[in-house]
Amino acid sequence: MQAGEEVLEKLVSETVVEIKNGDGLHMRPAMQFVDLASQFDCEITVSSGRTEADGKSIMNMSMLAATYGTRLTIKAEGPQAQEAIDALRELVEVRMFDEPPPKKNANQPQ
Amino acid sequence: MKFEEFVCFEATVPDLQSRDRDGVIAELVSSLARAKRLPAKSAAEITKAVIKRETEASTGMGKGVAIPHIKHAGVKDVVAVVGQSSSGIDFAALDEQPVYAVILLVSPLKDPDRHLQAMENVFKHLQSERFRKFLRQCRTPEMLEDLLKEADESPSW
Repeated sequence: MQAGEEVLEKLVSETVVEIKNGDGLHMRPAMQFVDLASQFDCEITVSSGRTEADGKSIMNMSMLAATYGTRLTIKAEGPQAQEAIDALRELVEVRMFDEPPPKKNANQPQ
Repeated sequence: MKFEEFVCFEATVPDLQSRDRDGVIAELVSSLARAKRLPAKSAAEITKAVIKRETEASTGMGKGVAIPHIKHAGVKDVVAVVGQSSSGIDFAALDEQPVYAVILLVSPLKDPDRHLQAMENVFKHLQSERFRKFLRQCRTPEMLEDLLKEADESPSW
């Protein structure tokens, strides 16, 4: 009997994040995302609603063109799914790709 | 955003003379300036800024294409130019392969969303192997213009 081996534990984790840096998901943040995503043993897909991208492919991620305020659904499947989701959420929403929020209207007094 | 809205077809360089990355960038920026899509007085500064950006992290995303880009006050809207090299250029690409097509973009300082919309279109089409193959085969500015306009019309590319 090999029943025990056939029970594959399918680990799936999903979250919705919002882009908070003013310039959005341009190429440099997309690279940061891909670099981080690639460190985890799981498949990662990112969806903007319109487009779905492989979170480990820079060509794919650049295609999302997520502007400030866009909500992205990140889905991870595999042994490190939860770790990946936690780390990616931190990168997008807490570290904001090490970039500033949108500039206030330049015409307004400081 | 469609290619037609931001690619300056008049400035296409179908046969890049430079054999190195920095030379190619200078050639493409000069071409945009000649087409009056950039202020001539800013050309040197823009070239320098693109090279600096490219040195920080290569925009050679693999599969023979690089997309160098910067923001600059000299443009009011996103403008792009395409250059091709039959011999291939070392862009320190992610896949370590030479680059045969270079799409250089200059975006305004304000309106980051517009930049993202142009990039979205570029990358959407670059996913397609067929598009990349045709892009590499363009030998004249007219062929490139036809290809990009056709891509604009058929989202399935």
